[in-house]
Amino acid sequence: MEMLKSNKFNIVLLALALVIPLAVYPVFLMKVLCFGLFAAAFNLMLGFVGMLSFGHAAFLAMGGYVTGYLMSNAGLTPEIGILCGTFASAVLGYLFGNLSVKREGIYFAMVTLALSQLLFFFFLQAPFTEGENGLQGIPRGHLFGLIDLNHNLSMYYFVLAVFLLGFWLIYRTIHSPFGQVLKAIRENEPRAISLGYNVRQYKLMAFVISAALSGLAGSTKALVFQLESLTDAHWHMSGEVVLMTLVGGMGTIFGPLVGAAVVVGIENFFSGGELGTYIHIIMGLIFIVCVLAFRSGIVGEFNKFVKNNF
Amino acid sequence: MSEQIILETRNLTKGFKGFTAVDKVNLQIQRGHIHALIGPNGAGKTTVFNLLTKYLIPTSGQILFNGKDITPLEASKIAQLGLVRSFQISAVFPKLTVLENVRIALQQKEGNSFQFWKSDKVLNRLNPRAEELLAAVGLLDFAKATTLDLPYGRKRALEIATTLALDPEMLLLDEPTQGMGHEDVAVVAALIKKVSAERTILMVEHNLHVVSQLADRITVLQRGAVLTEGDYATVSADPRVKEAYLGVAADAEVAA
Repeated sequence: MEMLKSNKFNIVLLALALVIPLAVYPVFLMKVLCFGLFAAAFNLMLGFVGMLSFGHAAFLAMGGYVTGYLMSNAGLTPEIGILCGTFASAVLGYLFGNLSVKREGIYFAMVTLALSQLLFFFFLQAPFTEGENGLQGIPRGHLFGLIDLNHNLSMYYFVLAVFLLGFWLIYRTIHSPFGQVLKAIRENEPRAISLGYNVRQYKLMAFVISAALSGLAGSTKALVFQLESLTDAHWHMSGEVVLMTLVGGMGTIFGPLVGAAVVVGIENFFSGGELGTYIHIIMGLIFIVCVLAFRSGIVGEFNKFVKNNF
Repeated sequence: MSEQIILETRNLTKGFKGFTAVDKVNLQIQRGHIHALIGPNGAGKTTVFNLLTKYLIPTSGQILFNGKDITPLEASKIAQLGLVRSFQISAVFPKLTVLENVRIALQQKEGNSFQFWKSDKVLNRLNPRAEELLAAVGLLDFAKATTLDLPYGRKRALEIATTLALDPEMLLLDEPTQGMGHEDVAVVAALIKKVSAERTILMVEHNLHVVSQLADRITVLQRGAVLTEGDYATVSADPRVKEAYLGVAADAEVAA
């Protein structure tokens, strides 16, 4: 993988990812990885195209529901189930993208929010989603028909592989001829048009990639928790991914993963204790501090610090 | 219609709520000419540009490029046909390097711009051509600099290099010397003259000195309509132009 090429930092990270489940509860790690991938996919739109989608929960949930339903009812192996969920999210991304990328700024955010709310109510009513109960007891199955994923450690390495694949694809997209055009559009859209780029098609393509990878995250998450519920489709989830991306650092490669780790970590830490009921207030305060004091997020600020001091 | 006419407008009109910014403008631009569009502030020059390149949709009228009706086409499509514009405020990609700015334009014809699975290293094969273009506008030494850090005059030069990278049949330049110091104006004027060799140029320009030097033909706009048209001697002798321009011309002299 090119991302890992001769880069000590990345190798250390990978080594850490391989041994860390010996020290930390694997399910927590898997949750971080799934949300990290989700946030990284979202960041492709926000950080690299400059468009704030407020409906990305739709793609997370679409992936989760499709994979969950097929794993429970069609007896698929997990890798096929996840591919189906990812594909479903890509198709949904194409539909939503077609309706939304013509708009910009707050209008784009509102259109994506409206569309995802539409899907939320569909999932609430549709017979195969089990409504408020959600899909429970989704089997993790055997990877390629061979490896039993019911062991949390095997599941962890599988999730890590999925995460690395998704993360690599995002990295590749950003550093591709296509990514170069995306940066140009973000920097100066009228100029990109005047150079003959049909900006809407590029935005749509980015939107579909972002939706598909969000679906990949959702599909994987459904297998990790063996549960898919309306929480994933709710607009809170669309807000949470914005929070993760901004806390970690929008427009950076590792920011979304760090942001996901921080948000998931804080939620896990407080949800058990007495402060559990105040969790939203705590997250809100963190968000405010983040936006006011360090706008480029944890990774963004870190990069600045390194640049200025070394 | 003559082969000699590259761009033509027929009764081009644009109305904004209760106000007609461009009123039945008929332009005929001859192939190979440098054609200047002048007129006092608010005459509708930039609006005409925006209409021609489809950044605005005409209320009525037609635009023909090489005899083809381009009125219904999208802005990016018009650029692909070879009618490429610049902007009043220098249009660059600030956070990309100078070289990357030019490369974005070269990349457009490569047909790989949707390939998200390939490394952007495939774009490096465009570097020699990009460096040639930068050398032509005297920016080769800045190829690796971040565009943001360039002084204004150099950004305009970069913009011209980027536009030329598309090798357009026709260039639309919106006030290419605006906001420039005396020396930069001369450099850009010379550059325009140089690149006009193989192509047609339509430019909006306030600096009448530059116009008198460069333009083969001049159209004067006033309140959205064509006041008169001709070469510099004819136009500048026209008493109506003097009247419309009085004050503005004096300002231009001072600026020059």
